[in-house]
Amino acid sequence: MSSISIRKIRKSFAGLTVLDSVDMEIESGEFVVILGPSGCGKSTLLGVVAGLEESESGQIVIDGVDVSGREPSQRGLAMVFQSYALFPAMTVRRNLSFGMQIAGASKAEIEAKVAWVAKLLQIEALLERKPGQLSGGQRQRVAIGRALVRSSSICLFDEPLSNLDAKLRAETRVELKQLHETLRSTMIYVTHDQIEAMTMADRVAVMHKGRVEQFAPPQFIYEKPASLFVAGFVGSPAMNFVDGRLDEAGRFQVGDIAIDTSAYAFEAPPAPGEAVLGIRCEDVEVVGCETPESIPGTLAFVELLGADALGWFDCLGRRFSVRLTVEAARSMERKVGLRFDMAKASFFSATTERRL
Amino acid sequence: MSRTLAGGKAAFGKRAGRFGLYAFLIVSAIFFLLPLLLIIGNSLKSMEEIRQGNLLALPLAPTFDAWVTAWKSACTGLECGGVRPGLWNSIKIAVPSVAISTLAGALNGYALAQWKSPRANLIMLLVTIGLFIPYQAMLYPTVKILSSMGLFRTYAGIVFVHVIYGLPYTTLLFRNFYIGVPDEISCAARMEGASFLRTFWSVILPISTNILVVVAILQFTGIWNDYLLGLIFAGNDNLPMTVQLTNIVNNARGSASPNVNMAAALITAIPPLIVYFLSGRYFVRGIAAGAVKG
Repeated sequence: MSSISIRKIRKSFAGLTVLDSVDMEIESGEFVVILGPSGCGKSTLLGVVAGLEESESGQIVIDGVDVSGREPSQRGLAMVFQSYALFPAMTVRRNLSFGMQIAGASKAEIEAKVAWVAKLLQIEALLERKPGQLSGGQRQRVAIGRALVRSSSICLFDEPLSNLDAKLRAETRVELKQLHETLRSTMIYVTHDQIEAMTMADRVAVMHKGRVEQFAPPQFIYEKPASLFVAGFVGSPAMNFVDGRLDEAGRFQVGDIAIDTSAYAFEAPPAPGEAVLGIRCEDVEVVGCETPESIPGTLAFVELLGADALGWFDCLGRRFSVRLTVEAARSMERKVGLRFDMAKASFFSATTERRL
Repeated sequence: MSRTLAGGKAAFGKRAGRFGLYAFLIVSAIFFLLPLLLIIGNSLKSMEEIRQGNLLALPLAPTFDAWVTAWKSACTGLECGGVRPGLWNSIKIAVPSVAISTLAGALNGYALAQWKSPRANLIMLLVTIGLFIPYQAMLYPTVKILSSMGLFRTYAGIVFVHVIYGLPYTTLLFRNFYIGVPDEISCAARMEGASFLRTFWSVILPISTNILVVVAILQFTGIWNDYLLGLIFAGNDNLPMTVQLTNIVNNARGSASPNVNMAAALITAIPPLIVYFLSGRYFVRGIAAGAVKG
């Protein structure tokens, strides 16, 4: 099995920093998702790990061996590309066996491996076809097959599902996860889709502007985002933010309203100053408008989502999303009070944007 | 009622438009075909008929005598062997020149398309400039270089010159084609452990059929129709068909025989036509692919 250490990787294109000292320790057999908006450097980082792109400084260490200067094929890893990148002029069988042939594997060995992968991914019927004769989902399977056929202990995925339609994407997501359970190989998976990250990953690295903002299990990232960016990027609808001020008594002041923060677990005793309160839509409670300890709000509109509903309220000078049951949403008054569950809220420094 | 009238008018206008279009196309076709018809017609006449008759008239008694003369007994200077020896010379020159310049251009183009750096763009610019320099301006230096290499007026020399002069063109065409091939395919081959040359040979060349055919046809016609380079660099033993054709036409001895000249010109033009007919399908496809991908 294979562990990967990414150490202080730096890279820039024409004066623009793409990767800014990226560090990551990936354990053997782990499924790591690198999540971020387009342009955050996540695909470049994958390219550096693969050896397809050079970094300016830093090291890639696989199983304790520094592979930074090595060719991709010398690193013992396989990769699935966004566009699948199958070899158009070769049959599926040739696509699968090409790498082994170059590596000088025996004919019997190649045949056994191809048969194994074809069975695993249920592409036996496609072996004699060319990529042009396959559907998107089938190409995708072949691309995964090509990555698996040489039994590399590390598999890299560069947004492999982004060209599939929604239904197929959901199915393939589950299959990939199962594949990982079966093979237990180390997988690094790049995506901008947070559902993929939340459902598949053992750990998620959220990247922003060439830096890793947070590297933690997905549920932890959702509950305790390490920075304002992570809080805003992960979760749908986006977290509600309120700009305000922490005073000496530890209360959070917005205009003339003071919110008690005693239920919140600060990372360190907070210093008074500008801060941002973040609260997820399911951590807000709607109460009667005269209820003590509640903040007055006005219902703007309701979105019915089927299983539940989202209420949008004007409160504290901005618009809040609140998750409601369908019944509650149907009988909602216009004037209400909102109460925040401070144990599940997040506070961020307005200057450093880190979690307080 | 008024509706049908209006419909009828529109149909009439459409038909008139069609008629005008076809009339124009037919006239254009005749205009462009006329010289060809003329040259074919006259190559089939005997000398007497040409002397008496009108150049535009159709042959009264078609005969292939002029073709036979042009093929094997017309005088090309001191020798009188027709264009036949030139045919073999031209094939001998064109085939390796086309093959080498096309394959080398493909390799160059692929390398330049893969190489993402300002330096690659500079090289591409230089290559493009190479396209715009007329042969005449480069003749003297080329003669000097080939002489110093001992290749001037030799078979290897003329092939070498055609390859070198063809490279900017083939490189440019292939580079523009390969720019449109997704990078990920090359990356995938690299991940599989394929070297640059192996990737080029096993993955890239097999998807280049259309552009290979286009470039090979363009190169073949260009090299086949070349006169200047053949005259200067081929040497007396390897003079291509075009040079011998000119010699027949310009032959000072004896009276001018237009029927033989025309037959010789047609014989010289046949090989590129055959190539076009055999590969036209790929040619159109390749041109279209190039057009879409810019």
